[in-house]
Amino acid sequence: MQGDTAAFNLQAPATSLARMEYDLHSMLLWVTGLIFLLVSAVMLYAIVRHRKSRGHVAKPFHENTTVEIIWTVIPLLILLAIAWPATRAVLSQKSTHGAEMTIRITGYQWKWRYDYLDDNFGFVSHLATPRAATAAGAARPEHYLLEVDAPLVLPTGRKVRLLLTANDVIHSWWVPQLGVKQDAIPGFLRDAWFMVDKPGIYRGQCSELCGKDHGFMPIVVDARSPADYARWRAARLKQAAAAADDPARVWTLAALRQRGETVYSQNCLPCHQASGKGIPGNFPALDGSAVVNGDKAAHIRIVFYGSQRNPAMQAWGKQLSDTDIAAVITYERNAWSNHNGQVVQPADIHALRGGSG
Amino acid sequence: MDLAGNTAHGMVPAHKPQGLARWLYATNHKDIGSLYLWFAFCMFLVGGVLALCIRAELFSPGLQFFQPELFNQLTTLHGLIMVFGAIMPAFTGLANWMLPLMIGAPDMAFARMNNWSFWLLPPAMTLLLLSFIVPGGAAAAGWTLYAPLSVQLGMGMDLTIFAIHILGISSIMGAINIVVTIINLRAPGMRMMNMPMFAWASLITAYLIIAVMPVLAGAVTMVLTDRHFGSHFFNAAGGGDPILYQHVFWFFGHPEVYIMALPAFGIVSQVIPTFARKPLFGYSSMVYATSSIGVLSFMVWAHHMFVTGMPATAQLFFMYATMLIAVPTGVKVFNWIATMWQGSMSFETPMLFAIGFILLFTIGGLSGVTLSVAAVDVQLHGSYYVVAHFHYVLVAGALFSLFSAVYYWFPKMTGRMYVERLGQLHFWWSLLWFNVTFFPMHFLGLAGMPRRIPDYALQFTDFNRLASIGAFMFGLGQLIFLVNILYSLRHGKTAPQQPWEGANTLEWQIPTPAPYHSFNPPPQLETAENGVVLSMREGGQG
Ligand code: HEM
Ligand SMILES: [Cu+2]
Repeated sequence: MQGDTAAFNLQAPATSLARMEYDLHSMLLWVTGLIFLLVSAVMLYAIVRHRKSRGHVAKPFHENTTVEIIWTVIPLLILLAIAWPATRAVLSQKSTHGAEMTIRITGYQWKWRYDYLDDNFGFVSHLATPRAATAAGAARPEHYLLEVDAPLVLPTGRKVRLLLTANDVIHSWWVPQLGVKQDAIPGFLRDAWFMVDKPGIYRGQCSELCGKDHGFMPIVVDARSPADYARWRAARLKQAAAAADDPARVWTLAALRQRGETVYSQNCLPCHQASGKGIPGNFPALDGSAVVNGDKAAHIRIVFYGSQRNPAMQAWGKQLSDTDIAAVITYERNAWSNHNGQVVQPADIHALRGGSG
Repeated sequence: MDLAGNTAHGMVPAHKPQGLARWLYATNHKDIGSLYLWFAFCMFLVGGVLALCIRAELFSPGLQFFQPELFNQLTTLHGLIMVFGAIMPAFTGLANWMLPLMIGAPDMAFARMNNWSFWLLPPAMTLLLLSFIVPGGAAAAGWTLYAPLSVQLGMGMDLTIFAIHILGISSIMGAINIVVTIINLRAPGMRMMNMPMFAWASLITAYLIIAVMPVLAGAVTMVLTDRHFGSHFFNAAGGGDPILYQHVFWFFGHPEVYIMALPAFGIVSQVIPTFARKPLFGYSSMVYATSSIGVLSFMVWAHHMFVTGMPATAQLFFMYATMLIAVPTGVKVFNWIATMWQGSMSFETPMLFAIGFILLFTIGGLSGVTLSVAAVDVQLHGSYYVVAHFHYVLVAGALFSLFSAVYYWFPKMTGRMYVERLGQLHFWWSLLWFNVTFFPMHFLGLAGMPRRIPDYALQFTDFNRLASIGAFMFGLGQLIFLVNILYSLRHGKTAPQQPWEGANTLEWQIPTPAPYHSFNPPPQLETAENGVVLSMREGGQG
């Protein structure tokens, strides 16, 4: 079989939280397992011995206060015994103070955005498994559906605080080995924390139904030693400075179209599809669409502000840079059977943001 | 004590409408009961086919049959149809059929309203199914219909909301009927504290329904106004809160879980004493346990929301309250086992399903205790572990108890015996394949597979395969049940008045099949706990 083989238990813990959850679960498994065995053993004994076919005669007793008190009190005591470690675990899951760095995580339909609040940069993390690999009978890569283009890179041994929110609907950020699952709720911030023990790649998935591609928004955390992390961070900061596009730059059609294709496949493709044909009844076609082939301004408006009628079409102005929006619009106007040769420049988008800035 | 003849004398001359009108204008509790049961069985098949579509898609990684948007519609409608179309109507149908017979009432209290409560169901279910073909397809937000996702979806969602309103009205009317019948129409001598457990369970369930169905109606109405009238209940940008939806929904949703479980407890509490030939152990503690489960069910709703980011104090409160429910539930299980203890048991099909119920419901209950521990729930919430857990309580719990009930009362309802060997085959087959289907889902959840996904990572393949094979075999096995019923309705052996040696509640004191009109006027009873009839005299003029 490809990939890992079937597992019977929780994934190997990689943080103190996950280890605590693992141990608590093992304890519960023993307790509940023993109770189950005991209960079924007694029942089985009665079934075997007290049956009519063996000539057993019924003894018509129907109450016994002592026994009834005993089997009310014993479960109560067992539960109290469980409640103690369970309470401590809840309290430590909830204590985010003393964090050494903060990451803001934003759930989008259907991708995650990570912002390093201490360093003022961020990026979006998309599913990296090609769509073609989901077809029936296609070859599936080793980490099918669990790979992303830009993992969340973090240092080991540092307490990381997460601030979670969402852009559209509720998502949930779950990485089993880190012991964290927290809903990301649009319009609200929630927090969670963890501290990774060892360098490694830790994979997870969105775990709250968030629409069509809920099954296709994986999470990858790439934990590195503090030194490796520092190197990555420096490179990332330099890159961020360089990548800041000049909104005044004038692009050629070909250059914009090329960049736009990437932007399209990361953001628009899940709904409008690679073919530009959309999904009839759910998401409109762009190929041959009146908006895409008509007035530039209307096209820019719907991409920038989103749709009034259908919130699935988001306000991309809030998520993408001027250059990316210009690129994707240019791409849409010159892809498939749309060939109107028009170019939308970053400056056109910049103007919508109120010019300066 | 043989009052069969007497009761028949006391009956008003049989007025029994014929043909379509008999069903369309039905006011007889037995006719309405049959309508409910057949309807529920059809919906069980429809919901089952949807489940098999899900399992077919999940047989292998990759998208083989359904695109993700359709897959989400399948899961959503599977859940809604099973809950509101199959399990709830089946229990209401049983209550309709058996309650008047078990407590000595001539009929349900509101015969015409009874007709309405049933006839609202088919249009509501038609709306739900119709939503598959409207633009955008059926609702795809899961049976919980969480906002804001449910605010986003197409008009299938509006149809679903409308259907839920109708279903809610139907359930509430059915519940009022049950409450009034039990409170007012018990035959003289049938004291509350001697009522059959099935009547107690139905009564408490009915109260839960009356309390929470309006809450669900409120939740989905708020979604509706958010969708069309900009009310922003669940939109932070407009001053609302998406989590509010979950609080309101689960304030309905958790009692709803018990609405599907308490009647099952009632059924098992009738079946086990009959086949153990021994009175129910701890009758009054059963009544108190059932009532306290009913009350506690209102105080635990947020255990469905442990990862929404509640403060620690709220998590702890809901964790403790949830763990507490395990106590009365445990009491019930122990009482059933004590009923079997030192009995003189025989194992006809109803008994097999009742024992299967106890065994598997206990597994579901214990995985529930695991889930109640908030710190562990962080790993399990939203995963296949939850799917395993609630199918242990809903399929092995509610459904198995329903099978037990149908086999148990089939002779009384139809005057014929079912085919015992087919019944036994149905049980063993269901027991085996149920576990093959759902047990591996615990492992999938533990290993990290989220629920409600149409495609999965490769390490989940083996157990998904197993679960899918199990599901198809389980589904196939339900045809054994259908064949048995259809065959026995016409060709089954004629049933005696009292086919079960140990049965001693009121419904077994009248002829088999139960006459079209019974207990009119009501009899004079002398009863013992759990509805056991000690003596019965023909009633005076009503
Ligand atoms: C033939 C037996 C059944 C099979 C094979 C089956 C299978 C499934 C599967 C595979 C899921 C979807 C899990 C997911 O993707 O999250 C599911 C969900 C569900 N099932 Fe069943 N099921 C069966 C019977 C029932 C019954 C009798 C009920 C009774 C109420 C029920 C209630 C539900 C509910 C409420 C959901 C959740 C739907 C949602 O996620 O919104 N199922 N079932
Ligand atoms: Cu998501």
